[in-house]
Amino acid sequence: MKPAPFVHHAPRSVEEAVAALAEVGHDGKVLAGGQSLIPLLSMRLASPGHLVDIAGVAGLDTVEVADRHVRVGAMVRHAGLERHTGAAAALPLLRLALHHVAHPAIRTRGTTVGSIAHADPSGEMPAIAVLTDAVVEAVGPGGAREVAAADFFVGPLETTLAPDELVVAVRFGRFTATTRTGFAESARRSGDYALAGVALAVDADGDQITSARASFVSVTPVPDVLDLGPALAGRSLHDLPLDAVAELVLAHVDPESDIHAPAEYRRMLAAELTRRALTTLAHDTTEGAA
Amino acid sequence: MSEAAAEQLLEITLRVNGVRRSARVPARRLLSDALRHDLGLTGTHVGCEHGVCGACTVLLDGEPARACLVLAVTAQAHEITTVEGIGSDPANLSPVQQAFAESHALQCGFCTPGFITTISAFLVENPHPTPEEAREAISGNLCRCTGYQNIVKAVVRASEIVAERAEAGR
Amino acid sequence: MSTRQVGEKVQRREDPRLLTGNGRYVDDLGRGALQAAFVRSPHAHARITDIDIADAWELDGVEAVYTWEDLEGRVGEPLPVLIPHPAMTHPRTGYCLAKDEVNHVGEAVVMVVARDRYVAEDACGRIRVSYETLPPVVGLENARAAARLVHDDVPGNVSANLRQEVGDVDTAMAAAPNRLTLELEIERSACMPMEGKGVYARWDADDESLRLHSSTQTSTGVRAAVAAKLGMPLAKVEVVTPDVGGGFGVKIVHPWPEEVLVPWAARRLGRDVKWTEDRREHFVSSAHERGQLQEVEVGFDDDGRLLALDVRFWHDNGAYTPYGIIVPIITATQLLGPYKPGAYRVEFWSMYTNTVLVTPYRGAGRPQGCYAMERTMDAIAAHLGLDRTEVRSRNFIQPDEMPYDHGLMFQDGRPLKYDSGDFPASLAKLKELVGWDDFAAYREQAAAEGRRVGLGIGCYVEGTGVGPYEGGHVQVETNGRVNVATGLTTQGQGHQTVLAQIVADELGVRLEDVHVTTGDTRRMAYAVGTFASRGAVMSGNAVALAARVVREKALRIAADALEVSADDLEIADGVISVKGAPGSSIDLKTVAVLSNPLRYAFDTSAQAATQFAGTFDPDKPPVADDDEPGLEGQDFYSPTQATFANGMHAAVVETDPVTAEIRILRYCVVHDCGVMVNPMIVEGQVHGGVAQGVGGALYERMVYDEGGQLLNASFMDFLIPYASEVPHVETDHLETPSPLNPLGLKGAGEAGTIPVSAVIASAIEDAEGFPIRSMPISPPELWALRRTHSPDPAQEGTS
Repeated sequence: MKPAPFVHHAPRSVEEAVAALAEVGHDGKVLAGGQSLIPLLSMRLASPGHLVDIAGVAGLDTVEVADRHVRVGAMVRHAGLERHTGAAAALPLLRLALHHVAHPAIRTRGTTVGSIAHADPSGEMPAIAVLTDAVVEAVGPGGAREVAAADFFVGPLETTLAPDELVVAVRFGRFTATTRTGFAESARRSGDYALAGVALAVDADGDQITSARASFVSVTPVPDVLDLGPALAGRSLHDLPLDAVAELVLAHVDPESDIHAPAEYRRMLAAELTRRALTTLAHDTTEGAA
Repeated sequence: MSEAAAEQLLEITLRVNGVRRSARVPARRLLSDALRHDLGLTGTHVGCEHGVCGACTVLLDGEPARACLVLAVTAQAHEITTVEGIGSDPANLSPVQQAFAESHALQCGFCTPGFITTISAFLVENPHPTPEEAREAISGNLCRCTGYQNIVKAVVRASEIVAERAEAGR
Repeated sequence: MSTRQVGEKVQRREDPRLLTGNGRYVDDLGRGALQAAFVRSPHAHARITDIDIADAWELDGVEAVYTWEDLEGRVGEPLPVLIPHPAMTHPRTGYCLAKDEVNHVGEAVVMVVARDRYVAEDACGRIRVSYETLPPVVGLENARAAARLVHDDVPGNVSANLRQEVGDVDTAMAAAPNRLTLELEIERSACMPMEGKGVYARWDADDESLRLHSSTQTSTGVRAAVAAKLGMPLAKVEVVTPDVGGGFGVKIVHPWPEEVLVPWAARRLGRDVKWTEDRREHFVSSAHERGQLQEVEVGFDDDGRLLALDVRFWHDNGAYTPYGIIVPIITATQLLGPYKPGAYRVEFWSMYTNTVLVTPYRGAGRPQGCYAMERTMDAIAAHLGLDRTEVRSRNFIQPDEMPYDHGLMFQDGRPLKYDSGDFPASLAKLKELVGWDDFAAYREQAAAEGRRVGLGIGCYVEGTGVGPYEGGHVQVETNGRVNVATGLTTQGQGHQTVLAQIVADELGVRLEDVHVTTGDTRRMAYAVGTFASRGAVMSGNAVALAARVVREKALRIAADALEVSADDLEIADGVISVKGAPGSSIDLKTVAVLSNPLRYAFDTSAQAATQFAGTFDPDKPPVADDDEPGLEGQDFYSPTQATFANGMHAAVVETDPVTAEIRILRYCVVHDCGVMVNPMIVEGQVHGGVAQGVGGALYERMVYDEGGQLLNASFMDFLIPYASEVPHVETDHLETPSPLNPLGLKGAGEAGTIPVSAVIASAIEDAEGFPIRSMPISPPELWALRRTHSPDPAQEGTS
C-alpha cells in the first residue's frame, strides 16, 4: 500500500496554485490536509500524476470572525478551528460538529475546507456548510467566484468545482443571537463515519419556535437542508411534536444500504437522532447561540 | 523511458526529535517510511497505512498525527517527535513510558509507540485526566493485545509520575 | 533470602526496550534489503490463462519477477498439509504462487522483487494476468448445497467429516422427557495482529547458508519447512523470530508462501530480500476463523439435567486446509465445557469455500463450541423456567469427579480428560462478583427509567498446554549471568519475564541475572511453537526442569569444593551456602568457572579452572565420563495430555429501546488457570482476550459478497473495537493447580476470548426476551430482529 508516483507542486501563492492546477488539468489533485486523499493514494484507488500541495500557500490558514459569518481558510485544520474560541463563540455548531470528525489525530491534519471540497455525504462539515448557508470561495484561472453551499454539492464526492479551481475559503453563515443549534450522530465505533447524523438550527421567540431547519450526515446523497417549520413553527419548545418531526425526516432522507447498516435502519436512526437532538436543544437553558 | 527512472527525487530536511536530518526521497514517500527506512527511526510502527490504527502516530509541532497520512516532503514544515524523542533510553523512561511499564499497558508492543506519543501530547493539554477522559483520549488508537484497560490506567498513572517527578525535582 | 518470584506481579523485562522504540520487529531489520510485493488474484475462483510480465521488467529498480513457472524443485510443489487426520479425506493446499488456478481473492500469483516496496508495487501494477473466471462457492449454505465445487475433485465440497459418539444418543434422546433443537450461526472474524506477517532472508553465498527472520509463531517449524522446500541441510538454515507484533494464531500456520519464496529469491538473487505484509494483504491472504452453522438437539429431565446431546455442525475451512481440522475438532470436544452431557454425539463437516483459508484464531474453535453449549443451557433454563445458573450448576462435573474422562479424542489425539477444576466454586465467585441474585431489582429500576438491561453468562473449559513437547536450556556464565533459551516464540505474552521468574526460583538466582531467548533456532533447535495457550505450561515447565538439572550439577560441584554433602547446600541470590552455616559458601559464578576445566584462562576469575590451579585426582579425567563441561543443562517437558483451565464470564448489557444500540455496562470474569506465575500478566491476557471477544460478538465480521470479494478488507470497515467500545473488565481468580506438571500451571492465553459471544448473546436475549441465534450482532441486526418478534413496530414512535 504505497502511492503511485506523482509530481509534487509546492506553490507559494493562490495564483501559483491555480496555475499549476490549470497546467495539469484532470491529472492533478489538491493536497491540503491529506487525511482523505492519502489513503486513496496508498490504496491506489486514486493515482493522480500531480499533487498541488497548498500547505505552503500564504494566507490560507486564517479564521476570521465577522458579524455575518465565520470565514475559514483552506489550510485551517479541524483541530485549529475546534480550538478557535472566537469561532466557537460566534458559531457554536462548528465545535459541536468538529468534535465528531474522525479522531483527534486526524483532526490535527485534516482541513475543514478540504472535507467540504471532498464532498463526502458522510462528512460532518458539508452538512454544517449547507445548514449555515455557507459560501464557498473558489479561485480559478478566470478569477474568483463564490458558490452557495446549496449549489456546491452535486453528488457524492462531486461538486461544481472545476479541476483548475481551488477553494480558498468557506464562509459559514452565523445564526441570530437567539438561534439554538444542535448536533447528534451515531457511529458503529467512536470516530467512524456516522451511520446517521443530524445538525439542527432552531429559532424561537421566547418559547415559541419561529423556524427550524436540519441537515443530515450519511443519509442524503448530497447535503441539503430540511425545513422543519411545517412541523415546528408556532410550537412551544416545551411541547415538541416529535412524531411530526420524525415523519418529515423519514420522508426527506434517502440513505443507501451498506455493509454497516441497511437504509431503513439509517432512516430510523436519522429520525430518532433528530428527536433526541431537538429534545436536548429545547432543554438547553443556555440562551441562544450568538 | 521508465517512470521510476524519471521519478522526481527531492532533497528534504526533516527536523526530528530536535535534530535536522536530510534525505533524498521521491515525492510520494510517506513520512512513516521516511522515518523508518530513510532515517532508521524504527520506533514508529506501521499497522494499516490508511490512518485508522494509530500505530504510526507521531507529533507534528506537538500535535498527534498519523505518519502514514503525511508526505515526508510536507512534514518539512514541522517539528517532528517520534517515540524515540519521547524517550529512547530503556534505563531512563519518560513518565508515560514508566507508567506503561508499571501498569502492564503493553503486550506485543507494536501499537505502543503510537499510544506513547498520543498520550504524551494529551497530558500536556490535560495534566490531570479522569479515567473516563483517559479512555476517550486513547480512543483513536487500536491495540489488539491489552483490551485497553491497563492503558487507561497508565494514562492516569503517568499524570501522577509527572507530578511526582516535579515534586522530586523541586 | 531472596523472595520467591513465581506468583509475583513482576514488571516485564521486555518493556523498557519496547517502550523506547528499541523493539526489533521484522520490518525494522534489513535496511537496504530488496523488497517483495505480490500480484494477487482479484477473483475468488478462476483459471489463469496468461501472465504478461514484460512491462514490469521495464521499470528501473525491478530485480526479479517470478511466476509459478519459475519455481524450482519442491518450491513449485503444493504447500504441506501440516496436520493430517484420517477423517480429512480430501486435504488440499495451495502453491507458493498459483499454478493454473486461483481459489480465493488474494491468492498470490506473481512475485516481484525490487529496490523498494514502492517500485515493487509499481511493477505489480504493470503485470497483466488473464483469467477465465469460474463460479465461486461463498458461504456455508452454498458450500453445503454443492451446486458448485471449489475443487473439482472434492465431492460435496467436504474436506473432512468426523463423528464421535459416547453412549447411545438415540435411545437417551428418545427417552428424554424434554427435547429442544437450536439452529445457530457464528460468523467469520480474524486474528488481526497489529503487525502483519513479515519475512527477511539473508543469504550467505560464501557459507551457502540462510538466516531467516520471520514474524512466526514457530521458528523451528518454519526452519524445517524451508530447509525441505529449498533442499538445504538443516544445519545451513537458521530461523530467528524477532519481536512479533501479535499473532493470535494466524502466524502458527507455516510455511506461508512468502516464507518459502523470500528465502528462495534471496538465494537465487544472492541478495537480502524482505517482505512486509501490508494490511490489505493481511485481510485477503492470511487466514480467518470462526464461521460455523450448528444444529443442536438436546434431551433433558425436568430439573434441567442433560440426558442426551446431539450436535451437528458445518465448518467453513476456506479454500485450503494446511492446518487440517484442528479447529472443528476443538469445537466438537470443547463444546462440552464444564458439563456432563449425558449421551453425546457430535458430527461435523469441514467445507471448502472460495474464501481465505481458515486456521486457528485465539480460542480456536472453542468460542463456537462454547456458544453452542451456552445457548443450549439458556434455552433449557427458558424452557423450564429455571434460573440459568441453576441449570448450569446441575450439570457441572464436580471437583470429586476429577480427573474426568469424557471418552472423546481431543485435538492432540489424546483422551479428553479434565485434570482438575472446581466449577461450583467458580460459579459462586462469579455470581458474587456480578451480583447475580440482585439483578432482578436492578432490571426493575432500569425499566422504571425506560431503560432495557440484560444479564448474560457463559462458562467454558479450555484444554491448554498441548504437546508434544518444549525444551529449555539454562546456562550459567562465569560472570553470574544466566542464559535461558526455549524454542517457542513470543508475541507479547511476556515470556522473557515469566520464564525468568521460574528459573530465578528454581536456580536460586536474582531475576535480573536471568536472560531469556525465545524462538531462535540457533539457541534451541527443538521446539513446537506458541499456540493453544501452551507457552507457560510447556516452556515454563521445560525451563524449570532444565534449571533443576543445572542446580543439581551446581550443588555437586559446590559440594566437592566446600567438602560437604550436596544435600546440605542451598542456593539463594546466586550464592551456594551450607544450610545453617552462612559463612561457608561459594558463588554460583565460581561454580561455573570450576565446571569447565581450562587450559587457557580468559580472565582472572577463569584462572581458577586452569590445569595448574588446584588439586585434582590424577587418576580421573578432568571431565568425568558421565559429565560435560560447563554449568548448563537442557531438558524437555512432554506431557501425556493437555491440562484443562476453565472460566466463567458474566455481562450486563443495555440495549437502546429505539435504536437497538448495544452497550456493555459491566463485564465480569472468574478465571482459573492453575498456579499463576505472574498474576499481572494473566490479568492482561484476560483483558485482551475479552476485548477480542467483544470484537467478535458485536463488531467484527468478514463480509463477503456473492462473488467472493471481501467487502471490508480495511480497518475502516472491519471494526476492531477502540477503547471506547471495550468495557472495563472486573476479574476474580481461582488457582486450582494442575496435577499434571511440576509447576501446577494451566494456560491462560486464549481464556478471555472464548465465552464472550455466548455471554453477550445471553445478555441481549435476557434484555430483549427473544432468542439470539446468530452472532455477531450489530444494532441494525438487533433492530431488525425486534421487528420480526414484534409485529407492531411501535418502537419507532416512542422515545
